[in-house]
Formats: sequence, structure tokens, C-alpha cells
Amino acid sequence: MRYLPLNAADRRQMLDVIGAGAIDDLFADVPAKSLNADFDLPDHLGELEVERALGRMAAKNQAAGAGPFFLGCGAYKHHIPATVDHIIQRSEFLTAYTPYQPEIAQGTLQYLFEFQTQVAALAGMEVANASMYDGSTGCAEAALMARRVARRRKAILSGGLHPHYAAVTRTNLELHNDEVVIAPPDPTGAEDIAAMIDDETACVIVQNPDVFGNIRDLAPIAEAAQEKGALLVAVVTEAISFGAVKSPGEMGADIVVAEGQSIGNPLGFGGPYVGLFATRQKYVRQMPGRLCGETTDAEGKRGFVLTLSTREQHIRRDKATSNICTNSGLCSLAFTVHMSLLGEAGLRRLAMLNHEAACKTADALGAVPGVEVVNQSYFNEFTLRLPTNVEKVANALADQGVLAGVPGGRLWPDDPDTENLLIVAATECVTDADIETFETKLREAF
Amino acid sequence: MAMNAQGRQTRADAFAATDAPTFTGNKALQIEEDLIFEIGDFAGTGVDLPEPAAKESRLGDMERTSAIGLPGLSEPETMRHYVRLSQKNYAIDMGPFPLGSCTMKHNPRLNEKIARLPGFADLHPLTPEAQCQGALEVIYALETWLKELTGMPAVAMSPKAGAHGELCGMMSIRAALEARGEAATRTRVLAPESAHGTNPATAVQCGFTVDEIPADKTGRVDLAALKDMLGPDVAGIMVTNPNTCGLFERDIRAIADAVHEAGGYFYCDGANFNAIAGKVKPGDLGVDAMHINLHKTFSTPHGGGGPGSGPTVLSEALAPFAPVPYVVLEDGAYALVETRRAAKEEGESAKSLGRLTAFHGQMGMFTRALAYMMSHGLDGIAQAAEDAVLNANYVLARLKSEMTPAFDGYCMHEALFNDRFLKDTGVETIDFAKAMIDEGYHPMTMYFPLVVHGAMLIEPTESESKRELDQFCDALLSLARRAKAGEADVFKAAPVHAPRRRLDETAAARKPVLRWTPPVAEAAE
Repeated sequence: MRYLPLNAADRRQMLDVIGAGAIDDLFADVPAKSLNADFDLPDHLGELEVERALGRMAAKNQAAGAGPFFLGCGAYKHHIPATVDHIIQRSEFLTAYTPYQPEIAQGTLQYLFEFQTQVAALAGMEVANASMYDGSTGCAEAALMARRVARRRKAILSGGLHPHYAAVTRTNLELHNDEVVIAPPDPTGAEDIAAMIDDETACVIVQNPDVFGNIRDLAPIAEAAQEKGALLVAVVTEAISFGAVKSPGEMGADIVVAEGQSIGNPLGFGGPYVGLFATRQKYVRQMPGRLCGETTDAEGKRGFVLTLSTREQHIRRDKATSNICTNSGLCSLAFTVHMSLLGEAGLRRLAMLNHEAACKTADALGAVPGVEVVNQSYFNEFTLRLPTNVEKVANALADQGVLAGVPGGRLWPDDPDTENLLIVAATECVTDADIETFETKLREAF
Repeated sequence: MAMNAQGRQTRADAFAATDAPTFTGNKALQIEEDLIFEIGDFAGTGVDLPEPAAKESRLGDMERTSAIGLPGLSEPETMRHYVRLSQKNYAIDMGPFPLGSCTMKHNPRLNEKIARLPGFADLHPLTPEAQCQGALEVIYALETWLKELTGMPAVAMSPKAGAHGELCGMMSIRAALEARGEAATRTRVLAPESAHGTNPATAVQCGFTVDEIPADKTGRVDLAALKDMLGPDVAGIMVTNPNTCGLFERDIRAIADAVHEAGGYFYCDGANFNAIAGKVKPGDLGVDAMHINLHKTFSTPHGGGGPGSGPTVLSEALAPFAPVPYVVLEDGAYALVETRRAAKEEGESAKSLGRLTAFHGQMGMFTRALAYMMSHGLDGIAQAAEDAVLNANYVLARLKSEMTPAFDGYCMHEALFNDRFLKDTGVETIDFAKAMIDEGYHPMTMYFPLVVHGAMLIEPTESESKRELDQFCDALLSLARRAKAGEADVFKAAPVHAPRRRLDETAAARKPVLRWTPPVAEAAE
């Protein structure tokens, strides 16, 4: 077996040193009838055979880059510079552990410090952590943090919040028997969420741009929340929008949670992704997750360490702010490398290319008879209303190689009002030819 | 001074100090590196993108007009920055990484290649089912392997990490108790003192309280004490097996039976499953739920602290409560069950505990883990477990002449020592660990489990050759001798050869600096 360095002679010699007769002597504490169980599994394979078998499975999937592609709703197709993948595959990053020994983990720690700075700047906040599993779990953690800060047990979730994010948050809050109010999906973004905040509300969670693509002004919601002693949690599922849309921090958010996949990380069928989590300095000790901080070494040189670990499970055990003991290390590296290449200038330009692609796509599709663009505003994603159930249309287009958008029924299977909605994303990867193909196929589809 | 035939010096002068300062602060291959904010141009960029056509914006008057404050680095600057940073990290590809409980084994590069196939890496999670059959097949195939290896009937694939898997398992238990109408009365969870910190943290996150089960003097759960603690208020237990002392819980069946008899569930922390994979089925031991760290047992890269992946196997009793989404195979096609309502139509699955993450879990880890499993096969997985246990026992046997094992007898996949051998030397566990850094090794896990004084937990894994282990053991024996010989000063100063000396963690926590801020311009005098 190519991954195992010991040979039979080594094993024999080592058993002799140990003083054991056979390997199973070392397993003597296992109940005898449970040891060496029967398994119905195949034996080992060579590299070629594994590659062939898994390559066949990969070939059955339609990659985003294989044709016209317009899916979004929390995961976006963007170009990733070649440098990013090269760097994250370096042994010293790929095969390192959590940086518990800072003297020999300054590489990881320094990029986490840089990552935290970038995330805080993008969100318009004072501090950010070293990342969460993904945006949706970050959203749930934000709700849990808000209940700690506000000492209240009610969360109000906007109808424009990605329904999977809402479901994850609800699943976590229900464990504490908290009240979770989820507003109905509203494709126009006109809901009056501020009016729902009351004196028992711990947090109000609003996504921007919302799941339908609408751009919200969070400032009035932040004001209303503050008035009632509640926190505003702003959720961003498309991190590229930070380059074009006013930041949640500027609009008064208390916690900002984002999915960072768009920067540096591939679609990967949903994971691993990287959750961005930022807040105000005054709440830093209530934050979940890893934090990297600056310090000095015994010679006075600048260095970095994991810090404020007294919030964490390995120290605080049942009093921890969260059970989380990892971040999304390598994905945050991909994020920070891509972000370092982009810089503010590149991010702003990339964001405008996305906006432009979406505008072009909306104009083309909105001209198809019977099709209505629902949004008044949008960044790189918008919602179409069709005169028919869109799931069939989307599947028919997919069979012709066009991944047309996410049908409302996929996200809200319980809500027939969304059946005719199609959420369409267009990024810098979309070409004019893609848009034309989409438009043509859509005209033929109903 | 020794000279060769050309009259050139063949070795450095003995008096040339190894720590002589350099003008740059660099030390040959160790290059000091500033932050990107100190290197980069705040108006620059390292990507070439076309100029967007000037058109009206549809951003609803919400344009970001204020400066963000992020530098852009050219591609060569970027590459150099991260390569220099990488050279300040220790990694499993460089040498032994004997962190007990963390399982740092070799990460095959085939797995990286597979995960990057466009059909996997460039696949959107909401792709219509007909266009992602191969991805669903990967998930289904991995489920089949995990169920067979654990002898459990169901597995939840969406947990994003080990701790998330724990959450999934404990939520399943809570959901089952709710279905029995006992969620309000069964609120206590029992876990050993030696448990991972995540266990109590997870139980609390699920609304339970936690009580500690004492250990017996062999380092295992005290069965009699456990039985005394069980009662109608107990939701379940959380036990790691092999446990955090690197020992197999001999009474595991009796523990499971006692808990079940008392109406509770048995959550097994699967962090150490790598010691028994392919040898023992946890399902045969009475387990109700167990997370599997794909990044430990099945070698998906640790990546400097993630991403992990924590699929959680469930017993018949807990399977109906599994989270959505999950994959089903119907009439030769794979399908996704995505919501509670859709699950309701499946009948029993109506009780799903809900959703744990936006999409289907850590797909990028699934492809890697499946490639690992197919490469090893059953024979390789069992051999890996045996080699891991053999290597740990070899280290235990070789080190016990100078270091003090925490418990008598053989261990499983990790060897646990206490700090008794350092008594009166002035050297503490942390100093011993830091001295290992100067010898070119990553330290072992220190001060865990908490039940062992000054604990040093060494997990070599199956990836180490005998030659590497011998060198490692020789180095540790030498350090132990030096500690006993009164060289405490050397240990207290260590490490001296790493890119940084010991860092002031207290100062970092007292006044946290968590981001770079632009230097304040000095006020004009």
C-alpha cells in the first residue's frame, strides 16, 4: 500500500521492541467478538484506477464553466487567478495544523491577521475573526452571539434572507426554545422589517443584497433596532458586492456575516466555503471562532498568536461562546491571496463588471415576452417572474446546456407564490454569447 | 582553520556565532516579511480586468463611495509574500507532527487532483439533479463506505467539521427525546473529565447541562460511578473511544447497555476512529451517534486549521432525525431530500432535526476522503489502523526508559506521558515541547487530557517510517536526559532556532490587536 512506509520486517522488529507477539495483542482491550469484524468493502486500488473511477463520476456533472451559467443564491462562479491555487497547495499551508505553536506557525498566523484586517475593511466594521465554516453557520452563530449580548430570546429574520440561512439559524435557536420569526419571502424587497422589532427582540437579520438580488438600505433598520435595544445582523452572500454596495458597517450593522466563497474559492458543490464574521470592538469578547492577534516575541520582534482563547471550548468547556474549534483555514488563505491580488482597485472594477453583466442579462431577458424583471435595484443577481412554473423551464434549459438560474420552488418548496420566480446571477464570467443563448432558449421555452 | 586543496575554508570558524545579527534581520532562508498593508499599493492591483462600460447604475443609490482601504499587490509580490510566509510554518510534509488527538497523517496529492476535477470543483450546489448525478453518487458512495466501516445504518453528511458533527449527533438525541416527550426532563449529559472541550461546549449549545464522569485509575470511565450517575434526567453520554488517554474503553458494551437501560443515548466522539477503522465497527459497541473527522481518519488536509468535515453516523433509533439535505437513490437515479416537508413525504423522515448548513456539506472533503478510501481499500484501512497503533506503542516502548508513561500497559494510536520525569528539573511540559521545536519537530499535544499532570500526548500515525520514529525517539530521549542533567536554561529559552522566539500571549490577550491600522502621522512639532 503506497501510503504506508512500514514493511513486514519493520513491523516484526517493532513488535519485538514492544514485547508483543502479534499486532492484535495491542488490541487486547477490544471485546474479542468485536475485533476484526467482517466488512463488505473492496481492497486497495492503484492511483490510475481511483482516478479513472472518480473521473467517471466527475464527468457526469455539468461544470459551471461548461456552458452558459447563471446560478447564484449563495454560491457564485468567479474567475480565480492561478496564483491562488498554487499558493494554497504549498505543503507548508496545506499540511499544517491549527497554529497552536506560534513559533513555527507564523505563516498561517500572519495571513490570518491580514485576512481579519481585509474582512473588517470590506464589512466596514472594527474587528473580524479568522473565519467560520461558511456564511450560513456564521449567520446562526451571529444570532447566538446577539442573544448573549442582548440577553433576549427572539430573532426576526427578513424574508429576503436566503431560506437555507434562515433554516440553519432556526435549527440552532430552537435548541434554546427561542422565538424565531421568519418574514415571508418578498421578491420586491419592500417588507417593513423594522416595524417587526419589539422590546424582546435580540436581533434582526437582514441580507443585502437580499436573496432576490434587491439592494436594501439597512440604515433605518439599524436605527429601529438600536432604539429597541436589538442588534442588526447584516448578511452578505456575495462578497464581491462589497466592492460596489455601501458596506453594512456604514449603515449601522452590529454584526456582519458573509459568505466569502466568491473571493478565491471554487463552487465545489457547496463546500468547503469560508464564513466572514465581523463586529464592533465592544463585542469582541462575545465573538465565536478563532481570533489572531499581534504581539511580540522574547526578542521584541513582531509576531502573531491565536488570542482571546478564554472564549473557546478547549479552555472554557461548557462556558464557551461556541463549540467551534476550527476556522476555514485554507479557504481563508485562498480568500486573502485573491483579495491581495485584487486590492481595492481590482475589487471595485470586478464588482462593476459583475453589475454590468447583470444589467445586460436583465435587459435581454426582460425583453422576452411574458418575462418580468421584479427588482428595482440589484447588484449581480436579480429575479424574473415568468408566466409559468419555472422549475420545468429551468430543467428544460439545463437539458440544453444552459444553467438558467435558481427556481423559487427549489428554495421555498413550501411556498407556491415563489413557483414562478427565477433568480438569475451574472458575473464577470458571463459572455455576451452566453446571454444571447439564454435569451434565445428562454423565448423557446414557453 | 581547515582548508581544502584550493586553500578555501571547509568549515565555519568555531567562534562565528550562529545568532550573529544581519543587516536585514533575515537569516539565510528565513526571510522577514512585512504585512501586505506595508508592502502593497493602495491604488494598485495584481489583476488585469477590462474597463467596465460607463453605464447607469442600478444599485438603488447605495453605491459604496468611501474608501475601503485595501492594498493590491502585483503577482510577483503576491507570490513572494506568501512563499516567504509559508517558510515560517511547520507541516506534515516536512516531518513528524505528533499532535495527539489531531491525527496528522500524510495527505496524498491524488486526492487534491481529484477534488480539482472541474466536474467537482466547478459545480454549483443548486445545479439541477439531472446535471449533478456524479456528485450525488460521490456522496452516496462515501455514505456507503462510512456506514459499512462503522456498522451503522445511517449517516448525516452535512456537518462541516468534527465539532459540527458533535452538534449534529447531540441534536439528533435531543430530537429523539422530543419525539419521546422527554426533552424537558432529560436535560443532563454525562462526559468524562478527560473529554475534548468540544463535548461539554456542544452539549450546552444543545440546551443540556453537563456532569463529569470520573476516571478509574487505569484512565478509563469508572463504570460503577457512571451507573450511579444515570437516571431519568439523563439524556445521554458523550464518550471518546479510543479515549483521549489513547486507551480503549474495555467496558464499552457495559457502558452502552447501562445508558440504554437508563433511557439515554450513547454519543461516541469519533476523533480517534483512526485507531480502529477497518478492525472494529462502533455499531457493534452500542453507539447511537458518532462523528467522523474526515480530516483525521481519512486524511483530508488540515489546511492550517480547516476546513474540516464531520459526517455523523446514526443508529436506527436516531436515523429518523437526521438533518436535511440528504441523498436518496430511487430507480437508479440519485435525488436530494432538501426540506422537512419533502422529508415528510418520505414518511418516517418527517422528524428531521432541520438544516445544519446552506448546502450539502464539505463536498471538497468528500471527494478527497473517497479517493483515500478507494486507494486504501479495506485491507489498507485496517493496515493503517494497525500501523498507527504499532507506531504509538513503539514510541511508548522506546521512551519509557527516560519519560514517564501516564498509564501501564499498551496504548492504542497515541502514547500518553505525564511530567513526572521532569520533577525537580525546573523544566515544565511546555519547555520540553518548545525544545522539540529546536530539534526540528512539531511538539506533541500538551496539557491534554486534563486528567494527566503536565500531559504529553504523542500520536505518530501510520505515516511515519521506522527510521523517522527512531530519530524522533532518540531526540526525545536526549532531551529528557538533558533536562535531568540540569540544562533547564536551554529549555526555558527554547526555541531559539525558529522564526520567532516564544511569543507573549498574555499581552496579546490583555490588549487585543486584531487588525492592522494605518500608522498615525506624527503630529508636527
